[in-house]
Amino acid sequence: MSATRPSFAQRHAATLRQLRFYAWSFGRSPSSMLGLAIVALFFALAAFGPWIVPYPLDATGAMNLGNRLKPPSAAHWFGTDEMGNDLYSRVILATRTSLWVGLTIVGAATVVGVPLGIAAGYFGGAVRAAIMRVTDVFLSVPGIVLALAIVAALGPGILNGIIALAIVWWPGYVRLVEAKALALRNEPFVEAARAVGASHARILAVHILPNCTSPIIVKASMDMGLAMLAAASLGFIGLGAKPPAPEWGAMISVARTYMPNWWWYAVFPGFAIYLTVLGFNLFGDGLRDILDPKSSRG
Amino acid sequence: MSAPLLELRGLAKHYPLKGGRVVRAVDGVDVALHPGESLGLVGESGCGKSTVARLALRLIPPSAGAILFQGRDISGLSDSALRPLRRDMQLIFQNPHAALNPRRTVFASVAEPLVVQGVAGRDGVLARVGDLLRQVGLPDSFLWRYPHELSGGQKQRVCIARALALEPKLLALDEPTSALDVSVQAQILEFLQELRSRSGLAYLFISHNLAVVRQVCDRVAVMYLGRVVEEGPVEAIFTAPRHPYTRALIAAVLPPRPAGMPEAPLAGDVPNAAEIPPGCRFAPRCPIRMDRCTRDDPALAGTDHRAACWAASEA
Repeated sequence: MSATRPSFAQRHAATLRQLRFYAWSFGRSPSSMLGLAIVALFFALAAFGPWIVPYPLDATGAMNLGNRLKPPSAAHWFGTDEMGNDLYSRVILATRTSLWVGLTIVGAATVVGVPLGIAAGYFGGAVRAAIMRVTDVFLSVPGIVLALAIVAALGPGILNGIIALAIVWWPGYVRLVEAKALALRNEPFVEAARAVGASHARILAVHILPNCTSPIIVKASMDMGLAMLAAASLGFIGLGAKPPAPEWGAMISVARTYMPNWWWYAVFPGFAIYLTVLGFNLFGDGLRDILDPKSSRG
Repeated sequence: MSAPLLELRGLAKHYPLKGGRVVRAVDGVDVALHPGESLGLVGESGCGKSTVARLALRLIPPSAGAILFQGRDISGLSDSALRPLRRDMQLIFQNPHAALNPRRTVFASVAEPLVVQGVAGRDGVLARVGDLLRQVGLPDSFLWRYPHELSGGQKQRVCIARALALEPKLLALDEPTSALDVSVQAQILEFLQELRSRSGLAYLFISHNLAVVRQVCDRVAVMYLGRVVEEGPVEAIFTAPRHPYTRALIAAVLPPRPAGMPEAPLAGDVPNAAEIPPGCRFAPRCPIRMDRCTRDDPALAGTDHRAACWAASEA
């Protein structure tokens, strides 16, 4: 018996080659790279924001009434708000909130939606009927409206906003994964696993889930932007984050009364939302092009 | 003769449709397979060959009938009761490109039966998988490859290695060569022949390629619309077919050096399995149909060479 276990690089040569190819084809698309750059910038600002902004205390409800509503200048790049706080600092510090919101909503939706979708698609029959009917009920109500109702019941606040959005977000993942699992369960390799006596749990974990990951990754990366936008919407109508905590939607909500004379107050947080959503969408599109090239480019 | 390894008695698989109709995919199949024997199952597309194989291995539950494996009826067993029996029966698929999980290495795929059945320790698995690959003529360097790096014939060899991992007594082969190039088909068939003579496996060999069946099988069962219409030793079937459908199938094989195109021996299409005609199911297309054929359904008659045909039983 001469077979010895080769090194990691040897065993996974094909995987590494595949990853290099993914990186290469991703890099060839300018829009994907722009998306990656925006997403990377966003993550960097979320990680290092408190150390790079000029007035970190302005996010904690400081008041500086001598500086109210100053236009953009060298001292205040984005101008100041009605409390005299530096908008540049507040916009940057809000990235951390948005990142946390986006990751929590998408993470919770994935953790709930993917197992349900896999179970529905794989087992079929009554299990599928039960899961998909509940999913359909959620999908039949516009998400943001349902989220509004849930927040109204729970009471306003950023945590309740996240809970509400997570509750309306998971059905999309069930739909996506159910369709994929339904196609996979009839694949001969799944039948082969059953023929050697593999349990349902093993088949789901080893054969179904790993073949579902590409569309999940693509959807999750695109949903990051949308989830942040939805959270900002809740903030805008006063049901999400509460001032003085820095949050883009809540900032715009206050700023709209100062339009158009004090335009910078609304424009810079708005632009931050726009850029973030755009970045995650371009990034997700790029991932779809390399991971899921057969799907239509919607 | 020894006791059969696998015996199917009145086996049926019905799929209900909306509106009360029923697709009778398999509708009363009786065949027996003895240890070390190779039984060919031939017939047109959609006649229920693959369903019979999946029923025989209990990958799907039958609607009626008995499946006797080594004398024990396994038709009603639960998944967990079937698990130990899975060691003794394995399946090879038609399309090797879809039969391997694209995310798993050859090692992981071939090791899966050993892991699932817990037959080899952690250290033993690698040695055993390398051994199996060598048995099917693949070098150790294939262990860490992914399916997309292999050719069709190599994939089919990996599938055979996976099926052999548990040292089964029965191997069901569902058109094992029809998705492969002609040159590769010959290699795989030769390997399967040699494997059987070496290990004494029994084959349930499904094919619509009569030449392949004639080469590989000891006995043949001809299926039409979910039922076996003729069954017997391979040479008897090919030289003296009794059922008109078998005759038509054999006549439909083109000779290697044709003097001219033969006449199409069969008119019409196979009826829908949801609307099986009364009497003999082959009667609407049968060239020697009699009055009786549209009324009474013939059963398989005979001892070693059986046919389900009124004309054959009278002759």
